[in-house]
Amino acid sequence: MAVLVEMDQIIKIYPNGVVANDGVTFSVERGEIHALVGENGAGKTTLMKILYGEERPTSGVIRVNGRAVHFHSPQDAIQLGIGMVHQNFMQIPSLTVAENVVLGKEPTRRGLLDRKAAIQITEELSRQYGLKVDPEATIESVNVGMRQRVEILKILYRGAEILILDEPTAVLTPQETMELFKSIRTLVKQGKTVIFITHKLREVKEISDRVTVMRGGKVMGTLPTHEATREGLARMMVGRDVFLEVSKPLRARGEKVLEVRDLTYVSETGRQVLRGVSFSVYAGEILGVAGVEGNGQTELVEVLTGLRPATGGEARVLGTPILNRSPRAVRLAGVAHIPEDRLTNGLALTATINENLIVDRYFRPPFRRGWFIDNKEVRQHGQQLIERFDIRTPGGEVPVASLSGGNMQKVILAREFSSQPQLLIAAQPTRGVDVGATEFIREQLVEQRNRGTAVLLVSADLAEVMSLSDRLVVMYEGQITGVFPEAAKATEEEIGYYMLGVKRQSPEEMEAYL
Amino acid sequence: MWELVLKGIFSALFVASVLRISTPLILPALGGLISELSGATNIALEGIMLVAAFTGVVISAFTQNVWLGVIAGILSGMLVAAFLAYFHLYLGADLILSGIAINIMATGGTIFLLYVLTGDKGSSSTLASKAVPVINIPLIKDIPVVGTILSGHNIFTYLAFILTWFVSIYLYRTPQGVHLRAVGENPEAAASLGLNVRRIRLGALLMSGVLASLGGLNLSMAYLTLFQREMTAGRGFIALAAVFLGGRTPWGTLIAAILFGFFDALSNQLGSLAIPSQWVQMIPYAATVLALVVYSIRQRAQAVERARRFQEKHLAETRALGD
Repeated sequence: MAVLVEMDQIIKIYPNGVVANDGVTFSVERGEIHALVGENGAGKTTLMKILYGEERPTSGVIRVNGRAVHFHSPQDAIQLGIGMVHQNFMQIPSLTVAENVVLGKEPTRRGLLDRKAAIQITEELSRQYGLKVDPEATIESVNVGMRQRVEILKILYRGAEILILDEPTAVLTPQETMELFKSIRTLVKQGKTVIFITHKLREVKEISDRVTVMRGGKVMGTLPTHEATREGLARMMVGRDVFLEVSKPLRARGEKVLEVRDLTYVSETGRQVLRGVSFSVYAGEILGVAGVEGNGQTELVEVLTGLRPATGGEARVLGTPILNRSPRAVRLAGVAHIPEDRLTNGLALTATINENLIVDRYFRPPFRRGWFIDNKEVRQHGQQLIERFDIRTPGGEVPVASLSGGNMQKVILAREFSSQPQLLIAAQPTRGVDVGATEFIREQLVEQRNRGTAVLLVSADLAEVMSLSDRLVVMYEGQITGVFPEAAKATEEEIGYYMLGVKRQSPEEMEAYL
Repeated sequence: MWELVLKGIFSALFVASVLRISTPLILPALGGLISELSGATNIALEGIMLVAAFTGVVISAFTQNVWLGVIAGILSGMLVAAFLAYFHLYLGADLILSGIAINIMATGGTIFLLYVLTGDKGSSSTLASKAVPVINIPLIKDIPVVGTILSGHNIFTYLAFILTWFVSIYLYRTPQGVHLRAVGENPEAAASLGLNVRRIRLGALLMSGVLASLGGLNLSMAYLTLFQREMTAGRGFIALAAVFLGGRTPWGTLIAAILFGFFDALSNQLGSLAIPSQWVQMIPYAATVLALVVYSIRQRAQAVERARRFQEKHLAETRALGD
């Protein structure tokens, strides 16, 4: 096969001194599906942004079809047929699918936007590559899977020959992932080339022809996929043996810690987000909540932790009502919370590590002495937790903003785990965290469970909820539509049907297991 | 007395006056709408109107040509908008703060120049400035009530309605308009498609400058034929309120602006009553505040109502299941 793209000795140093790419050499052959894997912060996305013209390399050469090129903007890259689908979709919610596809390069008639032509273009591309979309629906009304197909159509419309997909399956259900893979194969059959960024090793095995592993800004190797094993790839990514499965001793569950009954929540815009959710979490178990993002999981967690008012229903922690209480009251009832959005809800970025570690307890002794805070106590407390949770930092007095994503998450874990909660609510705890830290976080969650804490785990990573949970529920459109009393016995495919709303259990079927 | 007022309101002349009085709200409101949709709220509409009103009067007085006055007024308003755009888009200054600064500068600057030119700090009555022509529509002007309402307005009033239509087509039917809205909604996405966010916002601010200028010129070269200090009297801000009350759409904005114009006209009518004039003059502003309050309360009430209905339905469902 002919080499289509060659990136030679790429070095990228950001102005703040971070070396994102350290002499990377990477090449893609025409017509292949090339998986690019690595931990978060390994430099995969940076490398691809360089190829897409969004970032400029500090040094190094890019060759397309053997000719050296210099990209000043993504427009230069797209001119040469390189298109990228970002993780966060670049779309305008109020415009239609067709309008989004042609945005910036619209067909016109007498100076006016030609909507019919736009719809026709979209339909043709959609048919040609098997990417099903509804051209006349507005983006805000379609689901994530379709939004992703729109994103792919957009770059195809602009003439992309090489498609860079940045973690495209992160937001998809297993069925949608299969659909996507089918489309990717269609694209390749029609002569396109695909670069597929991921950290899910199973997908690498399933879809790619070749795989390149990156770690710490360097390429650890490129090999044909059929020669690679999941264990081998994981070792290349992390640099040591990784335990992908967390071992979890059997443990009888204890008393009922959290009881939620008929919980409803209507958003400020009048959308019915939670439609009567009922379940319980017992001491010493992990209850997993699976579901495509946007089916009410975020709101469920925020209502239970006091960040949003509930519209109706009840929730009690060991008998204490927690709905519509302040977050502090909820925490004092024994709830700890690892929030989904750690930068907004989890940490005060400009405050120091020590300060972040006491925000839920500064008002109590020993931190409070009369009207003042005992700073010596705060420093000691910080030092202890930094050591216990292995937070990599020059000290407790540095602002949290200066830490890496994984270390930020460790600060939150340190605070939440050390509060000795009765109930731990963890929302997407390993999102955007590298493999090493993910392993640590998962172990800690199981550790909490073993110690008798009730854990409510919400995660969009299906493999994660399945392997960690004792029991598992699926949320779909604000309701629990399925419960699996033994998470270990469910299959991904089965759960996927519930996530898509194809299957649902009746309230009677579920009653005994909620 | 009240009879007189009621009779005044239910007359063709009153309706015509509503249209006339709404004009200096509609035009800047359209400008506000364009800049708002592009993601750069133009808080300086007020100042732009004032500068344009002043420039139009002065230039038409010195050249004795009404159109040169109008063109100069528009250019001056665009210049002010360009300053705002430069401060915000190119120097990174806060949009709201720069807007406020421009408004304050426009108030003081026009009074200062007025004094330099005429020796008067109150109005330009000593300058022989020009007025734009009034248009009598043939045929229609002879129809009894309709003629009174639709005919005999100055060109700005007609322009206000024509431009609403234009702006509507521009925003929803042209690629440029779609780009503008895209930039306002998701600038990052727009930029990723090669749209120049800064340039599009600059264009939007300049357009809002032109539209606000027309509103200002309407005050000093049609509604009155002189410049008075602070003659915009908050219209730039009321126009901005109309944008939001109108749901950020051209026709909604037009209707909201006419609603505010109605209250303005009403306060003129009430001037004949034995009520302290300060109270009467307060009406349009109080009505604006009230309208915005009612609007937000209604939105919230709707959300609560939806929630209540949903809950009832849900309860009924669970009860049905229980049986």
